[in-house]
Amino acid sequence: MTRRSHKIYTALILLFLYIPIFILIFYSFNDGKTTVFKGFTLKWYVELFKDTVIMESLLNSFIVAITSAISATILGTMAAIGIFSMKKKTGDMVLQVSNLPIINPEIVTGVSLMLMFVFFSGLLGFELGMGTVILAHISFSVPYVVLNVLPKLRQMNRNIYEAALDLGCSPAVAFRKVVIPEIMPGVVSGFLMAFTFSLDDFIITYFTRGSKFQTLPIEIYTMLRRRLSPKINALSTLMFLIVLIALILVNLKDYRQAKRGAK
Amino acid sequence: MKSKWTATPYFIWMAIFIIVPLGMVVYYAFSDDGKFSLQAFLDITIYAPVFFKSLWLALIATVISLVISYPLAYMMSRANAVTQKTMVMLIMLPMWMNFLLRIYALVTLLQENGLVEKFFSLFGIEVSIINTSTAVVIGMVYNFIPYMLMPIYTVMTKIDNNLIEAAADLGSNTFNVFKKVVIPLSLPGVVSGITMVFVPAASTFLVAQYLDGSNKLIGDFIEKEFLRDYSTGSALSLVLMVVMFIFIGLTNRFGNDDMEGMVI
Repeated sequence: MTRRSHKIYTALILLFLYIPIFILIFYSFNDGKTTVFKGFTLKWYVELFKDTVIMESLLNSFIVAITSAISATILGTMAAIGIFSMKKKTGDMVLQVSNLPIINPEIVTGVSLMLMFVFFSGLLGFELGMGTVILAHISFSVPYVVLNVLPKLRQMNRNIYEAALDLGCSPAVAFRKVVIPEIMPGVVSGFLMAFTFSLDDFIITYFTRGSKFQTLPIEIYTMLRRRLSPKINALSTLMFLIVLIALILVNLKDYRQAKRGAK
Repeated sequence: MKSKWTATPYFIWMAIFIIVPLGMVVYYAFSDDGKFSLQAFLDITIYAPVFFKSLWLALIATVISLVISYPLAYMMSRANAVTQKTMVMLIMLPMWMNFLLRIYALVTLLQENGLVEKFFSLFGIEVSIINTSTAVVIGMVYNFIPYMLMPIYTVMTKIDNNLIEAAADLGSNTFNVFKKVVIPLSLPGVVSGITMVFVPAASTFLVAQYLDGSNKLIGDFIEKEFLRDYSTGSALSLVLMVVMFIFIGLTNRFGNDDMEGMVI
């Protein structure tokens, strides 16, 4: 295989991934509701920001994502430390249960949580809504935090912790000064995964939200069912740009390092 | 470090939010008005064809994803650091858009008189993809291909270039280098990729509905049944879950079942 054929192959796959998105972006500037291009406009963007339902759903999505990601990160980091101190066999068994929400089809996780919430809502007298959605999101996020933190604990040199104790640190101080900095990259990536998965989740939210609570993916679903307005295209375009900018910013530092490394 | 207790809150959490909910699925599947019953399992036999169709389409999508991803993952893993970073970013970027928006984008592209139909008609070829199983498979591949690419790529970055060169120096041709070195060493990534594409593809909800209005898959029927009756919905979910676990168990026998490898 030649270099050129590599490039063509890569380009074809990227085209496959991006053409649909570029078409969405293109039609977000279309002055007309059909797929016939009638001229350039920004009116769909204006309407998007005027749409209070969309803006409220966006706010809800952020509240759910921040709350659930912080809770999942705390719960998951503690769990990972606990699992790390267990015997390998016990720890592996715990992981098997913990990983169920990852390997289970999402729709099964969704309906199982719904059954539980519906059952207990009758018993304890609460309604399905933001609260149950947050609880559900914590549940599917914790395993990802555990899986991000655990390898960092395993890579850690245990002697440093022991040395800190020998040099007079209390276990609590040794933990804060030695263990926390070592596992921090795992904690951060676990948090980011939890946050983005929560922000993007449709299926589990759909089953646990009750009848009134709206997140952005739920609102997108409702808009698609009503047979579209180009506002969705405008929304997609903005989301695409935000993610693109975020990724570029995050990677910029790494890029510079990689380039320096290449020289 | 002796701190097993820190896992205690999560134990309680798992009991309430993983074990109890799954227990309730089992309970509803085997009961009818509070009494033990297998009626739900008899009721869902009508879904057998839909079930096999879902598995079949997911299998095709998995194979296509693997065939497309494998060479790209290899090329990426042998490229320089900057190219690798850029490619990973380009592949992850669409994944951060909501799947409903991505499927909607695909519908716009494939719809009647859409860009794809117009493109083919330039060459005098009449195609109609929307509302066929082909559209559903394209949707699955489009949606899940990054889940195939990333684990394979991650495992391949760990293959030492010297191994490949050594095999070539010792007289292996490209085919044999792949057969004896690259494929065996990348197998764990392939196994993760297959489960990460097959399981969500077989249980997709809405993807099939959007791309082929008349063609619902098992995930869509689980939702439909739950609106009507918890027992049949639970029985369907239970069967789907068990089939997926069997599938994961079987594929993991060909590689490792280290879940830590599944974190991208």
